[in-house]
Amino acid sequence: MFESLTSRFSGAFSSLRSKGKISTSDIESTCQEIRQALLESDVALSVVENFIADIRQKSLDALPTLQSGTNQANAIFEIVNASLIEILGGQARRVRFAKNPPTVIMLAGLQGAGKTTLAGKLAKFYADQGNTPLLVASDLQRPNAVTQLQVVGESVNVPVFAPEPGNGQGNPVKVAKDGIEFAKSKLYNMVIVDTAGRLGVDEDLMKQASDIRDAINPDEILFVVDAMIGQDAVRTSQAFLDGVGFDGVVLTKLDGDARGGAALSIASMTKRPIMFASTGEKLHEFDIFYPERMASRILGLGDVATLAEQAKKAFDTDTSAKLEAKFASGEDFTLEDFLEQLQAMSKMGNMSKLLGMLPGAGQMKKQIENFDEGEIVRTKAIVQSMTPTERRDPKVLNGSRRARIALGSGRKVSDVNNLVDRFTAAQKMMKQVRNGGMPAGMPPGMGMPAMPKLNAPVNKKKKSKSGNPAKRAQEEGQ
Amino acid sequence: MGLFSKFIAKIKGTNDFSPADWADLEQELLSSDVGPRLTQEFLEAAKKVKSENAEEALVEIMTKNLSSNSHEPILGEATTTIMVVGVNGTGKTTSVAKLASYYKRSGKSVVLAAGDTFRAAAVDQLKTWGDRIGVAVVSGKENGDPASVAFDGAKSAQDSKSDIFIIDTAGRLHNKSDLMAELSKVKRVVEKVSPINEVLLVIDATTGQNGLQQAKIFTESVEVTGIVLTKLDGSAKGGVALAIEAELGIPIKWVGTGESEGDFAPFEAQSYIKGLLA
Repeated sequence: MFESLTSRFSGAFSSLRSKGKISTSDIESTCQEIRQALLESDVALSVVENFIADIRQKSLDALPTLQSGTNQANAIFEIVNASLIEILGGQARRVRFAKNPPTVIMLAGLQGAGKTTLAGKLAKFYADQGNTPLLVASDLQRPNAVTQLQVVGESVNVPVFAPEPGNGQGNPVKVAKDGIEFAKSKLYNMVIVDTAGRLGVDEDLMKQASDIRDAINPDEILFVVDAMIGQDAVRTSQAFLDGVGFDGVVLTKLDGDARGGAALSIASMTKRPIMFASTGEKLHEFDIFYPERMASRILGLGDVATLAEQAKKAFDTDTSAKLEAKFASGEDFTLEDFLEQLQAMSKMGNMSKLLGMLPGAGQMKKQIENFDEGEIVRTKAIVQSMTPTERRDPKVLNGSRRARIALGSGRKVSDVNNLVDRFTAAQKMMKQVRNGGMPAGMPPGMGMPAMPKLNAPVNKKKKSKSGNPAKRAQEEGQ
Repeated sequence: MGLFSKFIAKIKGTNDFSPADWADLEQELLSSDVGPRLTQEFLEAAKKVKSENAEEALVEIMTKNLSSNSHEPILGEATTTIMVVGVNGTGKTTSVAKLASYYKRSGKSVVLAAGDTFRAAAVDQLKTWGDRIGVAVVSGKENGDPASVAFDGAKSAQDSKSDIFIIDTAGRLHNKSDLMAELSKVKRVVEKVSPINEVLLVIDATTGQNGLQQAKIFTESVEVTGIVLTKLDGSAKGGVALAIEAELGIPIKWVGTGESEGDFAPFEAQSYIKGLLA
């Protein structure tokens, strides 16, 4: 997501960076490029105009105080970054827990925004943190919305309060109210109320939503909005703000390639923070929204923080602890560890999605899109065709062993050589990084398999290399 | 009175617009989601319009961006097979039901296939609709293979010599290549039984410029023959469908305007364009 926005931004800034001294007209042309990029990304015109006026003024104010050279471009980049974070809502806010449980969260939004799925995700998110949520099925409008919530609840192991079958029958206000009473009597500490989707212009349904609100007095009303929404984001969010009111925004379907201008528009117009982001169809694909991370992503700075967190989730604690201990003790990283990583990496999901979070990913969009997911499988096959001794000590890999491995994995000897070379290079690099600040739980050597274009040619500086693989490995292993 | 009508009134009175008026018009056009490119094009053309028949002239500028392909729904000779695709939450299942109801009311026999085996309770949602409208729904196991459900449906429609066979599919984001491959498979498998006459892409009127990308990629994998523009009863004008028509030549064929089964009609160019400019 945000990809096109990102590439427009990086285009604007790289031309700025190429200037030795920045003039007022350079600032103006950068502003124009950013304006166009934002408009193409569905950001509302008024929001765009305000944003541009803001960064133009700040940049012009800052310009005389800046020394010439890249510092100037960086300072302006920083101004844009800070303004983006400001619009996206500054510091991320967490859900306010009620002093007297249960904490009541009510969901509202247009049809098809993803409320019911989100209800399940929220429930799972809080249940995983040790809360005891209850889902309440107050969407009695859409055919089988109640059933859908029941299925979702079951798959995340959260009980669903659904006394009415829905499909147009029953009173959603009463269901919501009874749900809260039920939660109180059974000591659930959180209630998530799913409501029917409605259009901003539908006064009856809007009234129903505000009736539900008045009946249950929620601690948080979350406005659920599809990241692909266009200019209507402004009208719709305003209508919901006036009709029901909301405290926070949840962006769904962020795993699409929408440019996500809606996020900027809604946050800027309603002054309500974006609190959560939903990034996939599976019920765990959901996270707190971090404005600074999103701003970094828009500007092409990458999203290393999210990447590290995802890695943390995928690598079970034992494995990571073992790896970290190994890493710290100065022990060699072996192909066995590498294999474990590859397995965990497949668990983390789509590689191109992960790679997209790396800094500078905007410029490498093409390579990332063409990333061959099958390469992980092939690399795994090569390592799995090695004996345990070979995995622990790749230096023993002579010509005949390599030939055997190639045969066993159905690859060419050159593929095996390639993997071993890259592995040795990475091993060496890790030794160098050991004292550097890698994020905890972050697997060393990420993105190593088959990313020759993305990988810096680590061993290029070597003057000469032995033709004998074993000898060469020894040289490089030193 | 919408801004556009004010604009027409002004154009009729005088040709002299202040820059602020043009900025207002630009804002209005942008806010209908037709996109910055069409907005610019339209503004430039509008600047040349003279006072007489200003309204028709402007409608015509917009209309000429519509696809030259037919906006009429396709009907096959034996069973007409229609596949309905789109991203999540645009209203595919509801559109399938409305289509079924439309054809049922015009005296045709209809069979539906519940090909959304992924979303929780989507099959039940379609079955509920099927009961309401009174058409048969062929379904399989939840999380089963959508292609096999569609295949069974096609067989059943063929055996019962039904006039219309409509396949519902799971919503998918177009940038997920594995899910798009699954969709092409559904199409391939169904075509072993009977050719697919129409592939309808459901676009939510609230969608922004991403709609173009959706249309582009869905067409690459399943050759979309028409658009169903849903949720036009809200404040969104669905301008991105015009951008799709202009850029990709895919015609809008149906328009959804509400939650009940009757809120659905074949596309009408005049009212759509006027709606954009309202």
